[in-house]
Amino acid sequence: MTMLSSYLTLAAVLFCIGLYGVITKRNAVIVLLSIELMLNAVNLNLIAFSKYGINASLRGQVFSLFTMTVAAAEAAVGIAVLISLYRRRVTVNVDEFDELRR
Amino acid sequence: MFNFNIEFNGEFFAFFLLAVCAIVGAVLAINFTKVVHTALSLAFTFVSLAGIYVLLEAEFVAFVQVLIYVGAVTILMIFGIMMTKHQDEGKERTRPLLEGLAAVGCICLFGILFYAIRSASFPEPADKLPADNTMSLGKLLYSAYAIPFELVSVLLTVAFIGAVALAKREPEEKEGGPS
Repeated sequence: MTMLSSYLTLAAVLFCIGLYGVITKRNAVIVLLSIELMLNAVNLNLIAFSKYGINASLRGQVFSLFTMTVAAAEAAVGIAVLISLYRRRVTVNVDEFDELRR
Repeated sequence: MFNFNIEFNGEFFAFFLLAVCAIVGAVLAINFTKVVHTALSLAFTFVSLAGIYVLLEAEFVAFVQVLIYVGAVTILMIFGIMMTKHQDEGKERTRPLLEGLAAVGCICLFGILFYAIRSASFPEPADKLPADNTMSLGKLLYSAYAIPFELVSVLLTVAFIGAVALAKREPEEKEGGPS
């Protein structure tokens, strides 16, 4: 019995906390941060399997690097969309972002 | 079915400490009412996860985690907080039914995941990671994964140009007010 199940459990805990934040929080910045937390939990899974999987190799770390890059791009575009929306609606409450037109 | 036999070695204690730090940071981030406190608490979680990556022999990924998440994403989020209105937080009405349902759903999801993890059997890894991890990672990135690597750089460039174009202030005569 390796340590793998402990790492997977930690990733599951972090993913569920991030999911709870995404569902319940209404500030759009906190929703974006919770999505980052969920992506981090997925990265932890990839790296844990890269060390403790049946065929241990570095490919899991390569995939986690790609995930991090896409997550950084997602955060930048998300903040830009949020600032652009804030100029129109003067709020960051996600419940009020309910239409696409001006 | 559930096997809890864990050997108490140094890796387990380091993992336990870092995992407690990560979970405490995440839970506090959900519970804080001020948005800046949430961002800083999640930065603490990201640093703890970088420590866990070092434990998993992924030193390069740990440094990238510190550089990108703690250095870039958290600072970007703090800029986002500062550029929007964040004074009236904590005064909005609470929605106990939605929050209760979300908590029940998340706990059910965690229960399913925990059951699946504990009842699965993970065989011992057949081979170990190479000793000089970072060099092997670089060779792998530039040989087997060269085309995805270049595509990701194109994606980053496009995303950042798009972000600048989105957040750029528009000319004033278009400001007709929300209709």
